[in-house]
Amino acid sequence: MSDIRVLTLIIVMALVTMMIRFLPFFIFKGNSTPKFISYLGKYLPYSIMAMLVVYCVKDVSVTNKPYGIPELIAIGVVAILHIVKRNTLLSIVCGTVCYMLLKQLVFI
Amino acid sequence: MNLLKQVVVKTLPVMAGYIVLGMGFGILLKVNGYGIGWALLMSIFIYAGSMQYVGISIITGGVSIITTALTTLMVNARHLFYGISMIDKYKGAGKWKPYLMFGLTDETYSLVCDGKYPEGENRFKYWFLISLFNQIYWITGSIIGSVVGSVLKINFDGIEFSMTALFVTVVIEQWLSNKEHRPALIGLISAVICLLIFGKDNFLIPTMVLIVVGLALFKNTLEKESRSNE
Repeated sequence: MSDIRVLTLIIVMALVTMMIRFLPFFIFKGNSTPKFISYLGKYLPYSIMAMLVVYCVKDVSVTNKPYGIPELIAIGVVAILHIVKRNTLLSIVCGTVCYMLLKQLVFI
Repeated sequence: MNLLKQVVVKTLPVMAGYIVLGMGFGILLKVNGYGIGWALLMSIFIYAGSMQYVGISIITGGVSIITTALTTLMVNARHLFYGISMIDKYKGAGKWKPYLMFGLTDETYSLVCDGKYPEGENRFKYWFLISLFNQIYWITGSIIGSVVGSVLKINFDGIEFSMTALFVTVVIEQWLSNKEHRPALIGLISAVICLLIFGKDNFLIPTMVLIVVGLALFKNTLEKESRSNE
């Protein structure tokens, strides 16, 4: 593909992404946000973060080896560690190291 | 602790993940014949993790402009929700606002969605710096990947889990600091149901619809209880 063509496609991707991120702010620009939107704004963070966790594991197959076991163990490690210690960095580092060891050494 | 230091500490979890995922992107782009200039262009102006990976197949695959726009819309639609939940929090951000809106990736959102900031600091500047640092990590990763990525022999397999881990800690943090768990459960159940019905490539948009419906159904109860708790 020509460089101009590639550049055009990159601009399209950039503009659409920006539009999606800017849109809510431009639609509800006034001083008072509609009540229902404010309500969504208050509770969406909880729903979305739960959705994002599912999004992260969407490619994991539970019917094929290793049946999602490495993910399950690593998420368990993160969750338990975080409930006990409440230290974000510690939970992430231990969980990720655990996952990498499982992926590279145990469930090859 | 000064502001910069707090921002670095807050963004450390994203740093590792973004540098490595950015590297993965840089390497893949390079392998497909597009070097550092292209990597920079995409990481600066598109700045959306999964979309840039999809973008590699778009620019190498001879896809039409319409298809490119629609694919971007599908892959990034979830970002609409980030905007909606930050409307009130980013209100009055002034000169910081354009970049705050631009930088709302999954990871940045996970760090700012609680609306918390260090006492006595300019909150918009704090969120701005978090957004900026995250993008710097992402760009740095892309550059490293593009320039030296294929030479490195370290086995990073599995490091992408750090993003999953970050999101899990945010969910747990939210769960422990709130008595109200229905919004989280609505998100979780909607996503699982839609994943089972629509499959992994198409479940996000139906999930978003279901979440709005679910939250709308509980509007009266949630608002009543939140008032009685205040």
